[in-house]
Amino acid sequence: MSAANEERTVTCIVCPSGCRIKVGIEGSEIVRISGNQCKRGADYARAEVTQPMRVLTTTVRLEDGRLLPVKTASPIPKVLLFDAVKELSGVRVKAPVKIGQVIYSNVAGTGVDVVTTRSWN
Amino acid sequence: MRLVVLPVQNRELVIIGGGPAGLSAAVEARRLGIKDVLVIDRESEPGGILKQCIHTGFGLHVFKEELTGPEYAERFIEQAENLGVEIMLNTMVIELTADRRIVAVNSREGLIEIQAKAVILAMGCRERTRGAINIPGFRPAGIFTAGTAQRFVNIEGYMPGREIVILGSGDIGLIMARRLTLEGAKVRCVVEIMPYSNGLTRNIVQCLEDYGIPLLLKHTVVNIHGRKRVEGVTIAEVDDDMKPIMETAKFVPCDTLLLSVGLIPENELSRLADIEIDEVTGGPVVNQRMETSVPGIFACGNVLHVHDLVDYVTQEAVSAARGAASYLADGGKKYKHIPVSPGNGLRYVLPQRINVDAMPEERQNFFMRSVRPMAKARLFVESERGVIKSSVLRYVKPSEMISIQLDRDEMRGIKMLNFSLREEGDSVERGE
Repeated sequence: MSAANEERTVTCIVCPSGCRIKVGIEGSEIVRISGNQCKRGADYARAEVTQPMRVLTTTVRLEDGRLLPVKTASPIPKVLLFDAVKELSGVRVKAPVKIGQVIYSNVAGTGVDVVTTRSWN
Repeated sequence: MRLVVLPVQNRELVIIGGGPAGLSAAVEARRLGIKDVLVIDRESEPGGILKQCIHTGFGLHVFKEELTGPEYAERFIEQAENLGVEIMLNTMVIELTADRRIVAVNSREGLIEIQAKAVILAMGCRERTRGAINIPGFRPAGIFTAGTAQRFVNIEGYMPGREIVILGSGDIGLIMARRLTLEGAKVRCVVEIMPYSNGLTRNIVQCLEDYGIPLLLKHTVVNIHGRKRVEGVTIAEVDDDMKPIMETAKFVPCDTLLLSVGLIPENELSRLADIEIDEVTGGPVVNQRMETSVPGIFACGNVLHVHDLVDYVTQEAVSAARGAASYLADGGKKYKHIPVSPGNGLRYVLPQRINVDAMPEERQNFFMRSVRPMAKARLFVESERGVIKSSVLRYVKPSEMISIQLDRDEMRGIKMLNFSLREEGDSVERGE
C-alpha cells in the first residue's frame, strides 16, 4: 500500500446526476473532496475511498440441486465479495425454506448473515 | 376447420402472463371485487423474469425498500394466493380472438377453450437476438442473449463460458458482467455502439467499474470467430453514422459473446386478435384505461412498451385492472378519444389516446421516453389551447422512462394533447 499523495475519482450514484467526485488523499487522510454538488455526494465519496460496501446477491444449492437465491442481510466490504462467494459455494441447504431465512452466518468474517430471497417447497 | 369441439369455459377476467404485470393486475382486480380472476402462465411457477433477476434494485417506488427480483415477485404471488386468484401454470395460450376467445394448451388437459368477458395482456417481452442485429461470421456455440445467460447461471446453475465479451450496455448486460465475474469468469469488455450507455449509472459503477471491466462506447462487434465454439470477436470503433471504422478493428479472444441489444414486446397473440400495434413502442395502442383498440382487451407491462423499472409495470397493471373493472361494469360502452402525441424530443407517449371523462381515476399517468440524453430539459404539455403544464426535468436519458400525472381538471374539454421536451442550457437557472 502506498502512503503517497493521490487523487481518486469516484462516480457518485446517490442521485442521477452522476457527479465525478475527486477525492484527494495524503497518507491515510482525506484532505480534499471536490466535484460534488451536495453533502450526500461527499459522504458517498468518503465511504467509497475508505471502505466501499456492497450487498452481495448470489445463489446457493439446495440439497436436491435446485438453486436458491440469497443476499447478505446488509452491505459487506467490497473487498470481501469474492471471499464471500467462495465461502458460499460449498453451502447446501435443506428444503423447504422460507423467504428471509438465515442460511449462513458471519460470511467472510463480516458478522453479516446471508438470507434467502425466495421460498422453496 | 375445427377438428374437435371443446367444452368452452366461461370466465370473467383472464390475464395472459403471470409475471409482475399479470400478478399486479390480478391482485388489483380481486381487490376491486372481480370474483373470477384467472392468470395463465406458460412456466411452472409464477413470477416471470423476476425469478432470475436475483440482484437488488426492485420495489423502491412501490414498497419504499430495495428488494431483489424474487422477493418482489413473492410479495405479489403471496397476495394473489391470499386473494383467491387462480393461476393456471405450464399452460401456453396459442390463440386469442377479438371476441375474447382464448385457446390454450397444457399436458394435463390438452386443448382448453375459454370465453372471457375481459382479457388483460401481460405477456412481457423477449430479447433481440443475433439475427436482429446482423453480425457476420460463423455460427459457433457460445453466443447467448444476456437474459438466457442469466437464466443459465441463476436458475439452471450452468456457466455459459469462461472468457466473455458483452455487446450492448443495457442493464441486463451490465448485471451479467458482475454476476459472471463473481462466479469466476473473465469479462473482457462491454461494447456499446452508442456514445452513451443505455444502463443505469449505478449499474455502470457497481457492475463494471467495481470489477475493472472496460466499457467501450462507440464500438461494435464486426465479426465472430470460431467454427464449433466462439474463439474471439473482432471489435471496431464506429463513426457518427454508426458505421464501423475498419482501421480500428482489433481481435478480442473470448469463448462467449453475450448480446444485450434490446427487448421486443411479445405481441403475436395481440396480432391474432387484430389489435392495433404502435410501430414505435412495438406494443398495443391503448387509451386512458389501458384498453387496446379491441374493446375488453387491456394491456400492461413489457407487452405494451419496454420498461426499465418494475415499479412502473405494477403501476400500469393497476391501471389496466381498474380499466377492466370499469369495462365489466359499463358493459363496453363506446367512448370517443382525443389523440395524445409525442412532439419534439420524445420518442413516444403512452397512452396514445384518452377520454378525459371516462378516466377510471382522477389523475392520469403518462409514460414517455426521450430521443437522447439531456442534462436539463423542459417538458411541455400542450392542448389546442396552448400550454397546460410545463416542468423542468434533470438528467433525462432514453433508457429512463419519464412518468408524469395530469389531473382530470387540467384536461377537461380539450381536443388533443401533445407532449414535448426542449433541452435547456445548464447555465441558465430560473426561479420557478
